[in-house]
Amino acid sequence: MRVIADRDICIGAGNCVLTVPEVFDQDDDEGLVEVIDPDPAAGLRDKVREAVARCPSGAIKAIDTSEPDD
Amino acid sequence: MDQLRSVPPHMRRTPFDPVDDLARCRAEAPVSRAAAPLGPLRVPAWLIARYQDVRAVLGDAAGFSNSSEAVRDYVAAVAGEETAERLPLSGPSLIGYDPPVHTRLRRMVAPRFTVKRMRSLQPRIEAIVAEHLDAMAEAGAPADLLEAFALPMSSLVICELLGVPYDDRAAFQRRGSAQLDLDLDLAGRQAAFDESHAYMADLVRGHRAGPGDNLLGALVREHGDELSDEELTELATLLLVAGHETTANMLALGTLLLLRHPDQLALLRDDPSIAEGAVEELMRYLSIVHTGVVRTALRDVTIAGTRIKAGDAVMCSLPSANRDESVIADPDVLDLTRKPTAHVAFGHGIHHCLGAPLARLELRIAFPALLRRFPGLRLAVPFEELRYRPLSVVYGVRSLPVTW
Repeated sequence: MRVIADRDICIGAGNCVLTVPEVFDQDDDEGLVEVIDPDPAAGLRDKVREAVARCPSGAIKAIDTSEPDD
Repeated sequence: MDQLRSVPPHMRRTPFDPVDDLARCRAEAPVSRAAAPLGPLRVPAWLIARYQDVRAVLGDAAGFSNSSEAVRDYVAAVAGEETAERLPLSGPSLIGYDPPVHTRLRRMVAPRFTVKRMRSLQPRIEAIVAEHLDAMAEAGAPADLLEAFALPMSSLVICELLGVPYDDRAAFQRRGSAQLDLDLDLAGRQAAFDESHAYMADLVRGHRAGPGDNLLGALVREHGDELSDEELTELATLLLVAGHETTANMLALGTLLLLRHPDQLALLRDDPSIAEGAVEELMRYLSIVHTGVVRTALRDVTIAGTRIKAGDAVMCSLPSANRDESVIADPDVLDLTRKPTAHVAFGHGIHHCLGAPLARLELRIAFPALLRRFPGLRLAVPFEELRYRPLSVVYGVRSLPVTW
């Protein structure tokens, strides 16, 4: 899985940070998304998909790179 | 059901659940005609009932406008210029703007509401919650949970955050509730908007002269050159209302819901570690904001087979979307341990609630603290006697007399 974020689209709602703080953060200056782990471990991938579904602005994407999930 | 007579079906609750009409809409008429209440005036609008369609509309800022002027144009077209002139205007603020103005303003406030920054408020919110629960215990039973706990607690939190004097709370609570009251005559609502605006304009002048150590002060220090007094005033007015009315009503109605589901109440009281998911489920289940801001279609569009013309008014039913059985399993079951859903109780798209991380934190702290402080909490009046406020932008119970 490859996690990417588009800060131009992000509105800083923070749903991703609440869902997977291991993968997403917000910077202090703009409050927008930062991907701190673009290649999350297998155990986090369901949470990442949940974060993508909960993102109100569509700013984050999880690209399936077809690795096994566990 | 007497209370519901004049209430458009999409705003009726019984008292926690949306009425069957909305389930029927999802099944048979996912885009239907409904009445948007603006005071005594009813304006025809499209009602979007299904989860996926609601997300699509709210997520499409290029296709649907939040502009209050666009709504005014629409009202002028369907009800005449004279009626449109009388519509109460709050000044647009964040939720009444489209990009790029919206983007510019939201970018200024977004860093003030990050998850990290909200978490730093946790000890203070815990203290505020504890103080209010102590005061409630000391004053003794019975108490109106709304007046004794939910409203003062959420008001104090937003006052400290924004830089609004807490001593002014009686007046701003009254005005806030009037601003959201869709049952109020147009002049009454306009008066509430005007008074709120004048009050906040005064505070903004104070922060311009000597910026405080709070959000208003920070906006003046960091963006003072880019923000007009009018913009600052509108923004702060919105944040003050949105900051206390929503949380307070969610807390009171959520407590009532839990009192009616003692097994679920016990789960949350006995294991505060489930609070985060529990709050999401309570938010989903109650969806206290009926539709949010009425949108205006910016171009002709077809949704679920129904043609919507450019200029038409569109409402998205949040309670309906959050009970959509095609997305959420057993949506009418309250299950605090449910795997978190991508509910739309905070809205969706670029206008998604700015204060969501704050609301979540306050509720996550307040519900378990209340239930643990008063393990014997129960209604002080028969359930059937409670009265609600369906004709408000934010649904809620009018008062919640409790004893313990």
